[in-house]
Amino acid sequence: MSEFYSDKDVQREVTELQGKSATAARLFDIRRIIGWLFVVYGVIVTIAGFTASDADIDKAEGVNINLWTGLGMLALGLFFLVWLKLRPVAPPPPDVVAGDEPRE
Amino acid sequence: MRSPTQLAAELRLPTNWLDYTILGIYFAVVLGIGFAARSSVKTSLDFFLSGRSLPAWVTGLAFIAANLGATEILGMAANSAQYGVYTTHWYWIGAIPAMVFLGLVMMPFYYGSKVRSVPEFLLLRFDKGAHLLSAILFAFAAILIAGVNLYALAIVVEALLGWPEWVAIVVAGFFVLAYITLGGLSSAIYNEVLQFFVILAALIPLSVLGLKKVGGWDGLSDSLTESRGADFMTSWGGTGIGSDNPLGANWLTIVLGLGFVLSFGYWTTNFAEVQRALSAKNLSAAQRTPLIAAFPKIFIVFLVMIPGLVAAVLVPRIGTSGSDLQYNDAIPYLMEQLLPNGVLGVAVTGLLAAFMAGMAANVSSFNTVFTTDIWAKYVVRGREDEYYVRFGRLITAIGVLASIGTAFLARSFSNIMAYLQTLFSFFNVPMFVVFVIGMFWKRASMKSGFWGLLAGTTAAMVNYFVLYKQDVVGIPSDQGANFVSAIAGFVAGAVVMVAVSLFTAPKPSEELQGLVYGTTSPGMAEPPAPGDEAWYRRPALLGWGAVVLAAACYIPFSF
Repeated sequence: MSEFYSDKDVQREVTELQGKSATAARLFDIRRIIGWLFVVYGVIVTIAGFTASDADIDKAEGVNINLWTGLGMLALGLFFLVWLKLRPVAPPPPDVVAGDEPRE
Repeated sequence: MRSPTQLAAELRLPTNWLDYTILGIYFAVVLGIGFAARSSVKTSLDFFLSGRSLPAWVTGLAFIAANLGATEILGMAANSAQYGVYTTHWYWIGAIPAMVFLGLVMMPFYYGSKVRSVPEFLLLRFDKGAHLLSAILFAFAAILIAGVNLYALAIVVEALLGWPEWVAIVVAGFFVLAYITLGGLSSAIYNEVLQFFVILAALIPLSVLGLKKVGGWDGLSDSLTESRGADFMTSWGGTGIGSDNPLGANWLTIVLGLGFVLSFGYWTTNFAEVQRALSAKNLSAAQRTPLIAAFPKIFIVFLVMIPGLVAAVLVPRIGTSGSDLQYNDAIPYLMEQLLPNGVLGVAVTGLLAAFMAGMAANVSSFNTVFTTDIWAKYVVRGREDEYYVRFGRLITAIGVLASIGTAFLARSFSNIMAYLQTLFSFFNVPMFVVFVIGMFWKRASMKSGFWGLLAGTTAAMVNYFVLYKQDVVGIPSDQGANFVSAIAGFVAGAVVMVAVSLFTAPKPSEELQGLVYGTTSPGMAEPPAPGDEAWYRRPALLGWGAVVLAAACYIPFSF
């Protein structure tokens, strides 16, 4: 390390690491997890809404809040699953780090 | 952001097996994300910055979720029960302009210079003194705040679910440790995105039912105008200089202290936030990270403010000695009153998720700064990359254990969170002044960074502990004092930096390429990714759109 730790050192180091990085290729898509979790939650809470007792509904100011929240969560979950289906992540092109290759 | 130090004992929620099922599923998914993200960690860049590869909507939601910890949610509801619609200032002027500034102005330098952390930027721009000082201050603050999150979680869980404090601390600590050690920043960020949606699913039903209970917005507004005065329901009423209001601040301290110094310090130089943007896949995505976050931020204020205001109607004596309920109890109180089993489980899950995410954001930024800025530069240099991944995992474990320690330490202070909030103005504000001067003034010398940081921190502390605490000057409230400390820290840091710069050597200009406004570094430019030229992805449009929208939100609350 010279007197100044120059930005060129950082850039070289980070560029090198970025070339070897595995995240882009191997990390799963979070939309799948959000989608399924909210579908499961949506189903559970909606069922709780269908079987709600009068006491539950009175407590929530006369609103069947479980039903509405459940349906809302279900819709959000489905939205993520549909989005994932329609726009899957493009597989990274083979020259994904092309910008980092020697320029000359 | 006030502490949930004491929650009334009668707040115990009527949870049943359904609520615990919902909570159990969440914990299982959190761990699952950690295991699934594990195989993506190959280099230290994967572990600390997700390999700089995430899409903008993911980093944007993580950016907002890292801020939307449970201390923020409970604290801002408390703020609303106490001060009313003034709470909007923490969002519309106290967040949006700074987030837009970060995205439009600062991000090209942060992301383009390829630094891995905020202190690393200071190393490039100034020297090792500024670097080491800022890294140590940040690491220290991160562990303290992670511990406070953990402790706040323990108090809330004890009050609501009846778990002993130590059980909650150890369980939450274990889950955070497990998923960050396994998957690094990627799993922290993914969990934050998940938490963002669970929190919305918890707060939206609560706000809707709360409003219904008090007769809609009109009922709420009429009832509070009658009991608390007309200014309670406005943003700017009673903030003229010299006039009296519960916040103890006037428009000038709000705009300069909160809107400029405190907010810019927090949003633009706090690495727990900036780290999310640095993990984006390209410069355009990094710029859009805080801008995408700005839009939910504008509206989230309603989801925390409405429960606070409703609680102020339902329990008129909340927060006074005439009531068992503290301001911090606003949201738990409404959960107990309004939510049936099912949605109640979602709300409990949301709160726990928010506490864990608040802690995880601090732990994941701590391990990065400690490993890349302190360990790899000053202690064990030049080892192979795998070594630093292993060390990062080890230091994560140490960081979590240390925060369990600071959580138990926090227990011995009665009002720790109000103090910590203040401490942040000590740490973030001086960092911001050093940054902004270094970024815009080429002549700022190498040595000026260190001395500016030191002077700013000292000045903010002196203002708070000596001038305010010893009553040398009269400031009516802690929040008002925070605003003034922030301004003092900013001015002192700036003056010292200018003075030191005039007497010491500037950094050679070839070393400043890509670090100072108006310069570019040869390696910095990258071609835009396909699709990024779409109009709705243009940073300038998103940024100015957020500013205009936030300003427009003020209109109905200004008269």
